[in-house]
This record gives sequence, C-alpha cells and structure tokens, in this order.
Amino acid sequence: MTSPAPSPTANGSAPGADAALRPHAEQAYAAELAALAAEDDRPRPPGWRLSPWAVTRYLLGGTLGDGTEITPKYVGARRVVEVAVATLVTDRALLLLGVPGTAKTWLSEHLAAAVSGDSTLLVQGTAGTAEEAIRYGWNYARLLAEGPSAQALVPSPIFTAMAEGRLARVEELTRMPSDVQDALITVLSEKTLPVPELGIEVQAQRGFNLIATANDRDRGVNDLSSALRRRFNTVVLPVPQSMEDEVEIVSSRVEQLGRSLQLPEVPAGLTEIQRVVTVFRELRAGVTADGRTKVKSPSGTLSTAEAISVVTGGIALAAHFGDGVLRPADIAAGIRGAVVQDPVSDGVVWREYLETVVRGREGWSDFYRACREVAN
Amino acid sequence: MAARGGADDRVHVLGVRHHGPGSARAVHAALVRLRPDAVLIEGPPEADALVELAADPDMVPPVALLGYRDDDPSRAAFWPFAEFSPEWQALRYAVTRDVPVRFCDLPAAHTLAWEAEAAPVPAAVDAPDDPEAEAPDGAEDDGGAAEARAARTDPIAVLARTAGYDDPERWWEDVVEHRDDGESPFPAIAAAMEVLRETAESAGPGPDDAREAAREAHMRKVLRAALREGFQRIAVVCGAWHAPALRTLPSAAADAAALRGLPKAKVSVTWVPWTHGRLAAASGYGAGVTAPGWYHHLFTAADRPVLRWLTEAARLLREEDQPVSSAHVIEAVRLAESLAVLRGRPLAGLSEVAEATTAVLCEGAEARAALVHRRMVVGERLGEVPAATPALPIQRDLREAQRRLRLRPEATVRDIELDLRKDLDLQRSRLLNRLLLLGVRWGAPRRGDRRRRGTFAETWSLAWQPEFDVALVEAGRWGTTVASAAAARVRELAAEAALPALTRLTEECLRAGLDGALGEVVAAVSRRAAVDTDITHLMAALPPLARAQRYGGVRRHDASSLRAVTDELLTRVCVGLGPALAAAAPAGSSARRPASGGGATAKEAARTVELVDGVHAATGLLGEADRSRWLDTLAECAARSGVEGLVAGRLHRLLHDACRLGGDELVVRFGHATAAAEPPARAAAWIEGFVGGAGAGGGLLLVHDTELLGLVDRWLSGLGADAFGEVLPLLRRAFGAFAPPERRAIGEQARRLGGGPAGRTESVSGGHPVDDERAAPAVATVLRLLAPAAASPVPSPSLQESR
Repeated sequence: MTSPAPSPTANGSAPGADAALRPHAEQAYAAELAALAAEDDRPRPPGWRLSPWAVTRYLLGGTLGDGTEITPKYVGARRVVEVAVATLVTDRALLLLGVPGTAKTWLSEHLAAAVSGDSTLLVQGTAGTAEEAIRYGWNYARLLAEGPSAQALVPSPIFTAMAEGRLARVEELTRMPSDVQDALITVLSEKTLPVPELGIEVQAQRGFNLIATANDRDRGVNDLSSALRRRFNTVVLPVPQSMEDEVEIVSSRVEQLGRSLQLPEVPAGLTEIQRVVTVFRELRAGVTADGRTKVKSPSGTLSTAEAISVVTGGIALAAHFGDGVLRPADIAAGIRGAVVQDPVSDGVVWREYLETVVRGREGWSDFYRACREVAN
Repeated sequence: MAARGGADDRVHVLGVRHHGPGSARAVHAALVRLRPDAVLIEGPPEADALVELAADPDMVPPVALLGYRDDDPSRAAFWPFAEFSPEWQALRYAVTRDVPVRFCDLPAAHTLAWEAEAAPVPAAVDAPDDPEAEAPDGAEDDGGAAEARAARTDPIAVLARTAGYDDPERWWEDVVEHRDDGESPFPAIAAAMEVLRETAESAGPGPDDAREAAREAHMRKVLRAALREGFQRIAVVCGAWHAPALRTLPSAAADAAALRGLPKAKVSVTWVPWTHGRLAAASGYGAGVTAPGWYHHLFTAADRPVLRWLTEAARLLREEDQPVSSAHVIEAVRLAESLAVLRGRPLAGLSEVAEATTAVLCEGAEARAALVHRRMVVGERLGEVPAATPALPIQRDLREAQRRLRLRPEATVRDIELDLRKDLDLQRSRLLNRLLLLGVRWGAPRRGDRRRRGTFAETWSLAWQPEFDVALVEAGRWGTTVASAAAARVRELAAEAALPALTRLTEECLRAGLDGALGEVVAAVSRRAAVDTDITHLMAALPPLARAQRYGGVRRHDASSLRAVTDELLTRVCVGLGPALAAAAPAGSSARRPASGGGATAKEAARTVELVDGVHAATGLLGEADRSRWLDTLAECAARSGVEGLVAGRLHRLLHDACRLGGDELVVRFGHATAAAEPPARAAAWIEGFVGGAGAGGGLLLVHDTELLGLVDRWLSGLGADAFGEVLPLLRRAFGAFAPPERRAIGEQARRLGGGPAGRTESVSGGHPVDDERAAPAVATVLRLLAPAAASPVPSPSLQESR
C-alpha cells in the first residue's frame, strides 16, 4: 500500500467524537443541523440533507422558528455563500480561491457538513499527492493473494463520494502535481471513474460534487490546466470587509492562541489591535481608511492570519521583554516584517506609508517613532 | 385599465420610474392600448416647440433637453432621455402618430430662476445635472428626512427596497413584467404612491415642498388646458410620485395661487447629445441609474436577455484574448438561473448575471470581470441630435466672450501679444486656453516663450476655421459655457490620464483659469502619485507642478492647494530615488559594457540624469526646506555604490554646485570614481555626468580646480590603449560640449600640470597649426615695435619659444 491517501473514516459517528481534539463540523454543529433539517420544508436536491436555502442559512446564521440560534459560520459577503451553494446545485464543481487566512477550508468543511452531513471525504493536496488519492489504490496483500477484485480495491475519498452521492473535498488543489490534478477531469466531466483492472466503473450518484480550495497568492504552485479550470465555478473569498469584523476576528483568535501557547497574561490592547488591522487594511486596499489618500500596496498578502501573528508576536515581546503592556514598539518590528517582504520595493512602500500617512495621524506619533527606529 | 382621474375619465395617468425599462415597456403598451389623442409628458413646457425634432431620424438617444438662462448659460438644467426612458417612448409614440405632445412640468423659466435664488451655483462648478430627479439638487439634504427624500427621488426604488430588492428594476420586473394577467400596472403603482406620499407628509415637510407643490400645480394647469381643448383620451406620463396628485383636479384657483409670483428668468431650450456615462449614477445622476447599459439591453433585447447578455460578455472577453467557450456561457447561464432560484427570484437579474460572469466566464478574476462590467453595464453610447437643432448655449457663450474680449474670429492668421498683467489680456489668454482644452484650436500658442521663468508675455496665432463650430457642438455635451465645459473636460481627462500628463493638466488648468477643476486634478495627482511605482513618472510629474505653484501668482491664482501635493510628490520622489537608482543599474554594474553609449542602459541613464536635473531645477522654485530635503536625498544617493556612472557623476556635480560637497570630499569621491578598480567606461560616464550638461559650466570647473583636472589627467594617462579607445567617444562627447575657449584653457591647464602627460596636450594648443612663413612678417613688425633697437629680423625657429 503506497497510497498516501488519508484513510476515509467513513462517517462522523465514530465513538470518540466527544473526546476528539477537534470535532468535525457535522459533529460540533449536529444540533443546529438537526434543527434546520426539521424546519426545512423547501425542496432538497437529490442527495442533499438540506435544501439550498437551509444550507445558506446554516452558513450565514439566523434564528429558526423553534428558537434555535444558528451561529454564523462565515462572516462576510452573503453573495459569496450564495454563489457557492448555487454552484453546488448546478452539479458544477466549486473552486474556492483566496489568500491564506480567508476561511476557504472552513467554508468548504461547513458546506460539506450541511449538504452531505459529512465533511470527512477529504483529499489533502501536497506536492507528494499521488493519483491513487484521487482514483483508487490497491490492498497489495489481497491483490497478490486473490488477484484483482473489488475487495482488493482501496477507494479514494472521491471514489467513495461518487459511489454514495456525497460531497468530496480537495484541499490545496494547486499544490498537487499537474498530472494528478488532471485525474479530476474525467471525474468532473464524465462523472464516472473507470476501474479498467476490474472492467467496471463507478458512476457518480446524484448528490456527488466536489469542493476544491486553492491559494492564489502562493509561490511554487501548479496552476490548473484550462481543461480542469473550466469544470469549476470559481469563487474568490475576499478579505474581511469591515474593520469591525476584522478586529473582532483578530482579537478573538489572539486570545485563543495566547491561551494555547500559554503566553503570560498580557491585556491585548484593543488600540494596538486596531492599529495593526488598520495598517493591514490600508496597505491591502491601497487607500487609507478615510478614503482620502491612496497608498501603494506591498507584495505580501497581509492576510488576517498575518495580523494575528503580528499581534501574538507583539504580546510575546511585551510579556517577556517589555513592561507587560502591548505597546507600539512591540508591534512595530512585526508589522514591518509582515509588510516588507521584498526589501527594495516593499521598503519604499513602507517608508512612503510611514511618511505620508502614519506621520500626520492623530495619536499615532508613538507608533511612527517606533517604526522609524525599526526601519533605520 | 390605466388610472382614471377621479373627476374625469378622459385622463389616464401613467406614473413611471424615470429611466426604467420596465416602465418604458409598460407605458408603450398602455399607449398602444389607449390610443390617446394627446400626450402630456413631465418636462419643461418651453420644449413644446422642439418636440418635432424627436421624429427626426438623425435624433438618436441618449439625448437631453437642455434649458439655460439667456443671461447666464452656466445656469442650466438637463432632462435626459435614453432609449429606455418611458418619457422618450411616450414622445416617440406621439410624434410618429401625429398626436399632440405637451410638456407639463414647471417651466424652466421658473426652475432656473428659482435655483439661482435658492442656492446660487458657484460659477466654476458644472451646471446641475438633474432637475430630472424629483428633488432637484439645488437644496442640499440638510434634514434627517433622507428616506422621505429618497421616496421623492425614486419612489419605486423605495418600494423595491421595502420588498427586499436591491435593484428597483428587478422588483419592477418581478412584480410588474412577469405577471401574466396583462393588466396595466399603473393603478396599483398610483395606489402605492398615495400611501408613500402620506408617509412622507407625516414625516414632516420636505426641503422642496413649495417647489413640488408648484410643479404639480403646473401639471394640473396644463392638464386642465388640454381638457378645455376638448381632447378625449389624454395620457399623462410623469414620475410615479406625482401620479396621485393628478388623479383629482382641485379648483383651478388654488393652483393658480401656487403658481403666482414665482421668480422668472428668460430661458432657452434645445436638444443636446447625451451619453450613457452621464446617465450613470457614477457621474452623480440624481435618479440613480446605476446600469444604463443593462437597462438598454433589457429594453432592446428581443428575448432571453440573460443569455444574450452573457453571450455578449463572452464575446467581449474573447476580444480581450481570454479563452471563453460556449460551454462557459452555458454554465454561466445555469449558475445565474440557480442563483436566482436560491434567492427566490423569477428570473436572473443584473446581480446574478454579474456573479455568474465573475465565477464562470472570468474564472474568479475580479479585474477581468470589472472590465466587462464597465463596458457593458454602463456602456459608452453617445447620442446624436439633428442639424436643425437650435444653437447651443456654448456657441452663444463664445460669441459673447469674443465680443467682450474684442477678439474677432477671422479666417486669416493673426498674431497677438498678451500681457498677463493686464486684466483683458489675462481673460483672453484664459479663453484661448479653455478652447484648446475643448479641442477648438482657434489660437496656437508659441510654446517656446511660455515656459520661460517669470514671463508675463504670451504670443498666440489666431485663425478661425469652420470646423471649430462642429468641435463646439461636441463640446456642448460637457457644459453650457466655455468655462464649465472646459472644466468638465478637464475632469474627464483627469480620470484617465497618467501621472505626467496629469500634472501637465494642472498647468493647463492654471493657464485656463479653471480653479474649480484644478482642485480635482490636484487630488487626482495625489491619488495617482500614491500608486505609481515608476519613479520616473513621479520625477517627470514634479517640475510642472512646481512651476504651476510658483507662477500661479502671475495668473492670480491661489496656489496653496498645489503646495501640499507638490510637497507630497517630492516626499515620494525622495523616498523612492535611492532604491530606484540602485535598481536601475544592472546587477553586474562593474562589468565592462560597451563604452559607445549607444546601449539601452546608457539611454536610460541619460534619461534619469534629465529627470534628476528637472527635479533639481524644480526644487529651486520651492522653499528652502524642500530644497535641502532634496539635497539630502541626493547626498544619500551619491554615496551609494552601484549607481549608474553617468547619474552618479551628475549627482556629485549637483551637490558640489549646491555647496553640499566640500572640495576635499569631492576629490576623494572623484578619486574613487576614477580609480583603476572602476571599469574605464564607468569612469568616463562618471566624468561626463560630472562635467556635462547644457550650460553646466563644467569646463570652467576643471580649469579652476586643478586638483580635479589632475585626477582626470592621471586617470586618462593611466589607461591602456584599448581602454583609451573605448572611452574616447564618451570623453569627446563630454568635452565637446564646452566652448572652444574653455577647451583651450583646459588644455593649457593640463599642460601646466607638468610631467609626461602635458606633452600630449601640446599639439592642440590654440587649435590651429602656425604657418611660420606667413607669420614671419607680422612677428617681425611686432618685434620691431617692442625693441626698435634690434636691427636684424628674428629667425623663424625662435617663433615657438617666443610664444
């Protein structure tokens, strides 16, 4: 057995679910899914556990008729979720694109949980992913002992999803080698997976579909061939839309991370978090928050995830070397490191930003000085 | 059937959404059914005489009715009509069937006079775009009654929002167009409006109540007149908001009272060509037509609008060399339809189509999708008006200006001199500059004189050509006066232009005295500068700005707004110069390159030197602080290694001239640049950069600074034969720029340096070989004068020593 395919733990009702370090979405939100299913009277596409409306609702949150509170799973544009769900309805595969930290995997997991009640049919794309992970492998002991037979065949998650009419997920599609990616073409266009050794084929059952995620800012990826690209509807996940959303995401994640990393207790100053998020958002958007001044954007992605790590790093600095309070000086170096990826061009971007925006801003003089110190 | 007037069933009120294709279709259907014998349309009654022109085949929408005050054409109002405007459909229906048409809104004579009293329009600002909006923008929204105002502006949009629709056309489509019973929607609309009006009234008085009352009074007045004339089936096409007000006719006396004592001005009305771009909300249109292209498509597409739209989008993408197949279109249609189902809509609309375009046709690429969006959703349809259309106000404005400024349009070429210190000449200069901006090249400036520092004089060649009238008509779509049209044109240009062009535009604004537009251009400069990563653009952009700032005073302009942006630009240049210079030099800058100077890098270096010189000169026009900031930057860059030789030499020279580089330090740097470790080509380029440049006086510097000359000399004499041949053209170019006396002086100095090398320069002394025989008599005479006692003539061999 050479296949590196993750073993498909076929369903979510494994005995140790409660004790799991990280339960699957369909386990963690089982109650919400059940309540939605109970209330949902709209037509369900074949093979779907919920109607498209209920899936949308599961992702965006709301309150049901019976008082069940559905927590929002995806904070962001409603449009994104609607296009994603509508795509799955049309039997076209869905490609979620976005910079790191834009909740691609999170969204795909919850979509699978809501549509099929199962988010575990997962293929993780890596440079070493082999074609067996997408098609099928063999149990070589049996193969040698019994010859090719259905019992000797080890189905891939996609094989299983096709046979059972469920959703399969492919993570980091562009990290897979191109020839492995192209194994998906037959699956997506013919909706069938032939097994020539046995002279049989698996025809996808109604309800089967595929959600892939890919990172569009990464280096060293294998771009999709246009033949494959054409089988997907592409949804680009945006970075958080509003300042408040992003500050909220950053501060809650920083808190969680601080706990799990067991950092000394530092009051994570909301001012500094807001400052980091402001800088990130302004540089990312190429325009200041008040919309008055344009700024250049650096080459880095400046995702929310990076903002989180800047703040976490700042807290570590403040706790171990500072006075225990998060100060501008603690985050200055981190911000500079995140912004200046390319020393020459990003350096100019950052200095221009400091001189034209930060310098004149009310209440930012400490931060400006700290950044100047780091820069020189 | 259509809503009957309560008092009179001869009246059929069709309350519409301005520029709503759904409304337009419904109006057309209602008119065909009603076969009215008179049509009343919301619009200025002054335009009644112009109705016939709508039947002209040369009249192509979008067009607009333009009303303007005769005494001040900059006070003007537009009533735009697109193909999909219900008013246009009603107009076309009537004129093609010889049905009388009356415009029934408040006369422009009142609205324009009113506007002047209520909110004087600043002269430099473009004319208000939209009396078409139910609440003209003369009065700003100073109260909280935003929703009530919105209801007046676009009541159907309010109904749509209430029903949970973001796009009013979608709502209209869903609730009106897709009903199968074929009943006229107008009674229901009127009923809904009645409720909305009550809500708005209970919310308190709106800012424009008096004006609204007057408008509706006038509509009723026209309606009464039509009834008196004995028409039997009168169709009234007006904004839905007004529909309830026309259903019942109160006493004529009350309306007459509302109309009494209104201010009045003398106005003219004509047709002008319009564009979809100006209909779009993006350019500030009050009634909120966000997607004229989409509306046009909805109105004109024969069937399957979504499919046709996506096919067109695919075609556009293919033109841009994007691989988009029919399979893409099929999938896009499917996605749009399933999105519509998911959202509970009977048919896919613009938002579904846009999302399908992004997700399928553009494979997620927002930038590509935006391209399609811009070109299709707004579109750049340009209307046309027939030749018989009355003269445009801009033509009258120009005639008036020509009379006032005593500049007669003549076909023969005539030169005039303008002294900008005189008011009349300043006005003339502004007018000519504005016309240039509008593409009317009546006057050709003599550019040569105009850039000179501190000049007050301008020379123009004037010649009027008949084509200019055509250009003026085209310019008419930008504004009603030369000034406002030029300002609008500048804004349009500013939206497109690249950075250097933009700063030139700043200068043009100043010359044309367009203070209003100048602010926007300057803001655009600032925005563009922030995102422009090419420092050469920034550097090229700075000098015109500096000039504009410095000489704005001559043209009596307060240039303080320029100050900030110049400052900002200089900051960006200072920050970016160092890295840019280092990046410009190729990685192996110490490698030998052809010394001929013909390579692309050499050209680039020459260009950079030019830019640096330009900025350097420009900082001379700015304050002391800016100057020293710039020199600091130069000093920093000069100290960098890896800067192109020519540029580095030039930087040192500039610093030296600005007394930023002491003699000793300079000698050290010069020594480094010409050291044996440097490739000869770079050293030669360095020297060229240092001494070169027009009027730089580099020659004199070498004459007087023997130490520098010594360094050059030592370097030159240390070169091998090959290397010497390589650098010779460069040096010749550098030294060739000096005046002959300078060259001679350098040669003499070099000789005086002593040592072997001096002998080499000897042969060029004086530049001319001496013909001893011809010189002999003259020398003899001179000697005789000097020493009359000497008897014998001097032998010729001693000639050399005597010199």
